[in-house]
Amino acid sequence: MKLPRWFHLFGSPPFVYRLAGALTPWLGIIACTLLIVGAYWGLVVAPPDAVQGEVYRILYIHPQTAYVSMMAYVVMAVTAGIGYIWRIKLAHAVAVSAAPIGASFTACALVSGSLWGRPTWGTYWEWGDPRIMFETLLLFLFLSYLALRAAFEDRDKADRVSAILAVVGVVNVPIIHYSVLWWNTLHQGPTISKLDSPSMATEFLIPFLIMITGFTFCFYWLLLSRLKAEIVERERDTRWLQDALQGGRP
Amino acid sequence: MNEILSMGGHGAYVWPAYGITLAVIVFNAWAARRKLAIALDEARRSRATEQPRNQPRVRQLQ
Repeated sequence: MKLPRWFHLFGSPPFVYRLAGALTPWLGIIACTLLIVGAYWGLVVAPPDAVQGEVYRILYIHPQTAYVSMMAYVVMAVTAGIGYIWRIKLAHAVAVSAAPIGASFTACALVSGSLWGRPTWGTYWEWGDPRIMFETLLLFLFLSYLALRAAFEDRDKADRVSAILAVVGVVNVPIIHYSVLWWNTLHQGPTISKLDSPSMATEFLIPFLIMITGFTFCFYWLLLSRLKAEIVERERDTRWLQDALQGGRP
Repeated sequence: MNEILSMGGHGAYVWPAYGITLAVIVFNAWAARRKLAIALDEARRSRATEQPRNQPRVRQLQ
């Protein structure tokens, strides 16, 4: 398959390094502003839930972190796949950068969910709930991706082998998403993705959406920050980086 | 203020959940900065070992 020309620009480490450098401060500012506003709105301004009381406020971070964990996996799998098929090293660099961020947000979703589950469902952990199980599997996929990479001395080999794991594991993401429809267990059905009639009152919906946008910006902010470091690691002895270092900050 | 902290008796669940999320974001941001600082340092050192100071850079033909 032939790739469009602009695609190759995104395969160029100096271009992407500078682009990431220009974007990260803005992404960081937008992410922090949205998260602070959203958290204040969700914790203080929004009224308590009629049924759950105050504990529902965890739902301003739990679905959001879970969504980021799945997005991180998709980004990792897609870039790893691109790197594998077209042998673009920079794509692998993106995949490697997404993995630890995805893993930590997956852990975050599991912990916040269990803190919400204890007072609401009466249990921290439910082995029979498919969504919890597949989200846990997602955590193990991230960790095995990182562990598999660590097993190789040679970075190119690590890139290629770990890419296969990343791509195969992506089937887990739609399973997590549809688990609440396929199995009728503790997790509730979709709330927001029914765009025509979201089953959430506006006063809850606004901070919910602010938080989900904030976490999305936050993910790309962290991803690009990490990618910059990954590029420098991989391009250590290249001429563009050494020239940039000589001329001050790259 | 106390009302917000107690969260209707659920403060022990709400605040740790937010705390952990904040910690994860801060840690990831810090880890990325540290990784970049180390990588830049290594790149500088790699140049230092390859080329003696004050000598013109010559590209070697392969």
